[in-house]
Amino acid sequence: MSGQPSHEGFPWKHVIGFVLSILLTVMALWLVFSMQLPVSTEIVSILVLAVFQVLIQLLLFMHLTERDGPAYHVISLIFGAFIAFTIVGGSIWIMAFRSMVS
Amino acid sequence: MLHSLLQLGDKYFMWNEGPMIWTSDVLIVLTSLGIIGVLTYLKRWNWLWKEWLTTVDHKKIGIMYIIAAFAMFFRGGMDGLIIRAQLAVPNNQFLNAEHYDQVFTTHGTIMILFMAMPFIIGLMNIAVPLQIGARDVAFPYLNALSFWLFFFAALLFNISFVIGGSPDAGWTSYAPLAGPFYDTGVGENYYLISLQITGIGTIATGINFLVTILKMRAPGMTLMKMPMFTWSILVTSIIIIFAFPVLTVTLALLMFDRLFGAQFFSVTHGGLPMMWANLFWIWGHPEVYIVILPAFGVFSEVVSTFSHKRLFGYKAMVVSMVAIAILSFTTWVHHFFTMGAGASVNSFFSFSTMLIAVPTGVKMFNWLFTMYKGRIQFTTSMLWALAFIPNFLIGGLTGVMLAVAPADYQYHNSYFLVAHFHYVLIAGTVFGVFSGLYYWWPKMFGHILNEKIGKWAFWIFMISFNMTFMPMYFLGLMGMTRRMYTYPAGLGWGPLNMIETIGALGMGLGFVVMVYDIVYSIRHPEKDLTGDPWDGRTLEWSIPSPAPEYNFAVIPEVKGIDAYWMMKHPKGQEPEPTKAVDKSKIRPIHMPNNSYRPFIISVAFFVAGFGFIWQWYWLGIPGLIVVVIGLFLRSFEYDDEHFISTEEIVQTETAAGRL
Repeated sequence: MSGQPSHEGFPWKHVIGFVLSILLTVMALWLVFSMQLPVSTEIVSILVLAVFQVLIQLLLFMHLTERDGPAYHVISLIFGAFIAFTIVGGSIWIMAFRSMVS
Repeated sequence: MLHSLLQLGDKYFMWNEGPMIWTSDVLIVLTSLGIIGVLTYLKRWNWLWKEWLTTVDHKKIGIMYIIAAFAMFFRGGMDGLIIRAQLAVPNNQFLNAEHYDQVFTTHGTIMILFMAMPFIIGLMNIAVPLQIGARDVAFPYLNALSFWLFFFAALLFNISFVIGGSPDAGWTSYAPLAGPFYDTGVGENYYLISLQITGIGTIATGINFLVTILKMRAPGMTLMKMPMFTWSILVTSIIIIFAFPVLTVTLALLMFDRLFGAQFFSVTHGGLPMMWANLFWIWGHPEVYIVILPAFGVFSEVVSTFSHKRLFGYKAMVVSMVAIAILSFTTWVHHFFTMGAGASVNSFFSFSTMLIAVPTGVKMFNWLFTMYKGRIQFTTSMLWALAFIPNFLIGGLTGVMLAVAPADYQYHNSYFLVAHFHYVLIAGTVFGVFSGLYYWWPKMFGHILNEKIGKWAFWIFMISFNMTFMPMYFLGLMGMTRRMYTYPAGLGWGPLNMIETIGALGMGLGFVVMVYDIVYSIRHPEKDLTGDPWDGRTLEWSIPSPAPEYNFAVIPEVKGIDAYWMMKHPKGQEPEPTKAVDKSKIRPIHMPNNSYRPFIISVAFFVAGFGFIWQWYWLGIPGLIVVVIGLFLRSFEYDDEHFISTEEIVQTETAAGRL
């Protein structure tokens, strides 16, 4: 059912994760809006921030390190990586024709 | 005074557009007054609030989903009839081009997102917890929130017709046409924001059912002993979780373009309009599997039950569904082969698309082998499942034709394509949900739908369906393109179009007969006293009809596939009295409390959405603040459960004849 009767103190982990994830988003916006960086530097810095964002989500919210019962999370991570690769790689590949037409 | 009022009316309610709008206004006001009047006269407000609007019971939520889906089927069907009326004869001026654009846009969007999706989610709400021997879904409160988000999103989308104007860039809403430069007005904002809201609800449903199926199965039910419908919902939930976030992001990007002046999909400022088509179909293609796989699940249950045989090739069924789920993420380019991507891109996606025919074919043969040498019982539910096979096959095979990229340059955006996707979506999804509706109706309401009227509805609908969409294949090959609002005489398209229009009217009649069947069966109920009217095989038939609030007085022990069938026919021993409940095993049952908050949060979402659509931030931002307050209050809610006492369970079970 909804909610477990036992509460293990204040959810610090979630609060820290929440603040950090918002901070990373704000930093990405700030980089683009307020800094006058070359485009390639901007893209690389956003990508680096995104990697940290992924780590925060996986470690602080998605209980990556907790092991209990069947390893569903391993299967779903592999599938997630497959989907991410397909979407990003596929889109780059599909949109590559644009450099030929424009 | 009057003059300025009329000006406001023209601006916000489009009163200058003529009698169609006025009639709709009058009908909406009258219907609303009628509903309010009836509820007040019968003193049902309290009942409505306590039993339905605040419920977290998966069975009631499922029923509300299906009622809403029927209403949306009516709305989308009317759009379809208006389209057919306009196209019945050459040079018709019943609608102008702008109105025609709006009608086909709302027809497509409503049928996919506000009819097919809720109908399927309704069926999964009703059947899945009962099939796996659970007492509710994993997160009942979230489930209620999912429903109300969908409900108010559908409402928001529908009021666009009379307030501000409907979206008109097609259900795919391609940029740059749907961007702020070419499409002024609020119509597209309605599309973006209502889809965004219902999408949140759908993602929550996906997570909810994934956890329910993984965590809440009865003891003994391993994954490979689950009923096939539950398997299909497990796979569907996974597709939802991975596909819908793409829609969320895509809609948000176009919303930034339209509301805040971003340039993601613009033509001139470094935007990439074709990226919209790419992102939309990354969601859009898995989406069609989200609406078809549950229908496959229904057919598996229905075919096996009414052939009185075990499902043929259980493992092959599971493997092919998982294969379809993975492949569904690798085919999206076939929706825009003609965009201009290179030959290697088109070849790859052409190949991956054709590959999907293999697991689908495996499933088809498994249904046929299930029926082979079975004692087939031709109930209405079974008729829908039987009709699915040849009709879906026509849709599927023409789909393989469309998958051939060079040939697609001929078929693309012609009526050949329109015929193809109606053949797969109607013969697959619509036949599937109708089959499931007749199959599970007794479990929902405790009585059977009248079979005779049901068969009339089936034959009328099925024949008319073929009459409507079969000629479209030929019209497509004759050169008629999709989304044209009228066509000149002398091309030879007139007669086929007229046949289609007559067919569409027939489908409307079939729908009316089905609604009449429901009304008739409620007034003259043929009660299902056994709880097992079809000699069923899965656990939902082991409990009384309609299912009690707590579903299972005692959670059953599962020994194999078709768990209830094995209880009824144990090997090598006398049949046990399977109906009886062991009184000594009854314990108090832990149930979630009702909550008004999902309803309120969704109303707030509706208000916020309306504000953002009109760019009235004084309305939109307070709406979102109410949403956040609702979420905040939920986080500090500790007392949200209650127990049903043993006495009450004994009382209910005795009344159902189980003790």
